[in-house]
Amino acid sequence: MVTTALILLPVAGALVVAVLPLSRTGTAGLAFLVALLEVALWIAAASNFDFDDGSLQLGTSREWVESLGISYSVGLYGFSLWLTGAAVVVFAAAIGYALWVGRDRPRAYHALMLFLTGAVVATFAAQDLVLFYVSFEAMLIPLYVLVGVWGGTRRQAATLTFVVYTMVGSLLMLASVVAFGVTQGTFSLVESGTSDNVWIFLGFAAAFAVKAPLFPLHGWLPLAYREAPVEVAAVLSAIVSKTAIYGFLRIGLPKFPEPVDDLTGVVLVLSAAGLVYGSLLAFRAPDLRGIVAYSSLAQMGLITLGVFAVNDLGLDGAVLQSVNHALVSASMFLLVGMVEHRCGTGELDALGGMARGRPVLATMLLVTGMMALAVPGSATFAGEFLIMTGVYGEGWGYATIVALGIVLAAMYTLRLISAVLHVRPGPTVSEDALDLRSVELALVVPMVACLLVLSAWPALVSQSSFPGDAPAQTIAEGFR
Amino acid sequence: MIETPKVDWLALAPTLALLGGSGVALLAAVLVPSWMRKSVAAGIALAGFALAAVLAGVVFSESATPQALIAESIVRDRLAALAQAVLAVIGGVVVLVSWAERRRESAEYFALLAAAGAGMVFFVSAENLMTLFLGLEWLSLCLYVLVAIDSERETSLEAALKYLVVGAFGSSILLFGSALVFGATGELGFGAIAEAGAGDDAFLVAGLAMIVAGLAFKVSAAPFHMWTPDVYEGAPTSVTAFMSAATKTAAMVVTLRILVSAFPEESEIWTIAVAVIACVSLAWGNLAALAQRDLKRLLAYSSISHAGFMLIAIAAGTERSGEALLYYLVPYSAMSVGAFAVVAARERELGRPALLEDLARFGWERPLYGAAMWTFMLGFAGFPLTGGFFGKLFVFSAAYDAGDWWLVVVGVLATMVSIAYYLNVVRWMYMRSGREMRLVPAGGAPPRDSALGAAVAACAAVTVGSFFAAQPLLDWAADASASLPF
Repeated sequence: MVTTALILLPVAGALVVAVLPLSRTGTAGLAFLVALLEVALWIAAASNFDFDDGSLQLGTSREWVESLGISYSVGLYGFSLWLTGAAVVVFAAAIGYALWVGRDRPRAYHALMLFLTGAVVATFAAQDLVLFYVSFEAMLIPLYVLVGVWGGTRRQAATLTFVVYTMVGSLLMLASVVAFGVTQGTFSLVESGTSDNVWIFLGFAAAFAVKAPLFPLHGWLPLAYREAPVEVAAVLSAIVSKTAIYGFLRIGLPKFPEPVDDLTGVVLVLSAAGLVYGSLLAFRAPDLRGIVAYSSLAQMGLITLGVFAVNDLGLDGAVLQSVNHALVSASMFLLVGMVEHRCGTGELDALGGMARGRPVLATMLLVTGMMALAVPGSATFAGEFLIMTGVYGEGWGYATIVALGIVLAAMYTLRLISAVLHVRPGPTVSEDALDLRSVELALVVPMVACLLVLSAWPALVSQSSFPGDAPAQTIAEGFR
Repeated sequence: MIETPKVDWLALAPTLALLGGSGVALLAAVLVPSWMRKSVAAGIALAGFALAAVLAGVVFSESATPQALIAESIVRDRLAALAQAVLAVIGGVVVLVSWAERRRESAEYFALLAAAGAGMVFFVSAENLMTLFLGLEWLSLCLYVLVAIDSERETSLEAALKYLVVGAFGSSILLFGSALVFGATGELGFGAIAEAGAGDDAFLVAGLAMIVAGLAFKVSAAPFHMWTPDVYEGAPTSVTAFMSAATKTAAMVVTLRILVSAFPEESEIWTIAVAVIACVSLAWGNLAALAQRDLKRLLAYSSISHAGFMLIAIAAGTERSGEALLYYLVPYSAMSVGAFAVVAARERELGRPALLEDLARFGWERPLYGAAMWTFMLGFAGFPLTGGFFGKLFVFSAAYDAGDWWLVVVGVLATMVSIAYYLNVVRWMYMRSGREMRLVPAGGAPPRDSALGAAVAACAAVTVGSFFAAQPLLDWAADASASLPF
């Protein structure tokens, strides 16, 4: 029941926000309140969650279309609980940011954001293929409008490429959903067995690879992340990308063991290529958003390496790193937004010297940056180390590339930090540009605090993501 | 005492309700003073459609086993009853859409609408080749006049003439095909034709091909669709809404019925033929829609492509395909009537045909119509949270189940293309900045039209509702589909 409430609360909130004729601030404030309630609800769900029990928890299952075996079936496993947690926290921060900057047409904007929250949670909780597809697609509708209406000057091109890429992937997945469900006689993920059809797997993989995005299907990424409103970019890179990881963990690996076995090499090579390529582009990007966007591509490659290592360390690391990256990337994007808000640009050439007289901004950016570059002792370091050791089982070359990725991450993150904070003051940085306000701080600090908790205790996520802390076995048994 | 044949009045009741409504509305044209003529005629037509819908519902619940009636010329079964209910509801909504339209012959318009509805309701219960042709001509004649009813507009007349010529051509092909089938089997009734089972008789196959072609004209499937964009563009928009939903529903149901019940032996031939027509419609409709600027032409090509999706279901040729088709028709009809109704609303504001760019900022100016149009476009494109999604899912499942995986691939590719132009409409409504839009001629505040608003809201509710309540609809569709001998 709690899972259903987690899905319905933001959707109901979206309807209320869309209809109630409140003032600008009232609308946005109400939306923020709903987002905070959602976080509280998630905490309640997590406190009721039994991490030793391997079965589906807090779930609901009702018949939807009986003759085809379609059901409304939701529930959480350990890893989906953590992904959902990251999602609700990031959404609360993003909606709070939108409240702070005061987006135009607040009723439409906040209704869409809350609807997106519900769709994302539903995706993480879906235990039925049709329901999964429905939620996966339902995410696209608000994203399309959020980028297309509130985005930057090239927003229409951004939405076009974004929609073309995602829809091609999604519709291939629809064909696979139909083929898998009809062959199995049920669309339920809990009841269905495995399939050895490579084509069906490829349909799913296409959708996930576009959503993540994985190299070389990331063509929509730079434009979408640059043109989207900054908090929407945060949600895209932090949360929406993780639905792909969820898809691989819940559908890709357990339902298609043989195709995964055959194609592991290809996916690993592509992920490794994405890791290096994304890192290099992030190092060369001329603007803040470019750096964060391409680093996101690199991180998704890294996480996929962990997933497709298909062993205990890799899978644990992938979940931990998904949560880490969600928090790091959202904090980073929001900080980038705050810098852009002050200077009117994200071009590195025009920035610089912001540390002087702005200690809070400098501290926040530095702490988040340290997390992003996986300084030893941080949660991200734990995640990347797990992935590295996990993927070592597939070949030492991959582990070397992961290590290289960590070095490159240090390079591009430090470049970002020094370009904003140090060197001489850039032409757009005025003396009057304020330090971070307490409201802005209140948006970023909770996420950074979560990261610090995870740094102290990464096992909180990594050991409770799969029952008995035996992810490879759980996945091989198809979550039964 | 003269012995009369037993007539099952209940089975005829939906048809008679509409015919009665039509007659009374026509009387209103003469007897009612002009200032209230339109409202009275519209009210009568609405009552007729509502009564027909209720009666069709009664027939549906009372007809668990199919019965051939009146010398086996029509049939009383759940397939017909369900289609009749859908048609009557479409007609009722179209009455609401056209409620506030001003025209000289307003009472005649509503009388013709009810008469066309009666023809369709009769058409879907046809059980032999004679009644099939009779029903087809009945509905077509009413539609020819309806298309031409704005006789002061040249485009309306042009569209009617085109429709008349092409429609007559289609009808005559159907008639010739019927003659060939009769020649080959000596039978007119669908069941009797199936039993006569002439097998690979060349006459029968040629007749079958011509019947399929004749019906393909009515469902506007490519390559028999040439009239569709012109007629949809030229006809009064409310008539276009009626044609795009009701004519297609009626013709699809009849196509399914005649193929399954009269030609089961030849199913290997017609499944391939229908699959080819489906693919051509999908390709042609979607690609041509990409190039359209006129909204009604765009929706016309979209309706051609949807004929393709529905024909995929028929091509599967299993019981599940009947369910999928009948389900698909419900959200499709709602989306189609709704979308044309929104176009009608915009046209009334502008006083001229609406182009794509006339929708600039429309979504922000008119939130209800904008949100509804958004729903319809996403529904056409098969997005979740609309019945269009389940329609596509069921159709693809039926095709995959029947082993036609390549039809699924074609359908998915077609959907990819279709998203481009459906989302383009959304883009125009919401995402164009003020600089890009041409200023709309100022005509003061647009007239309030609560009937039209109610119609659009109802269509949006059905579009979304058919997603969440897919199971009951599918149950009805399964009941209806079970009355055919798959």
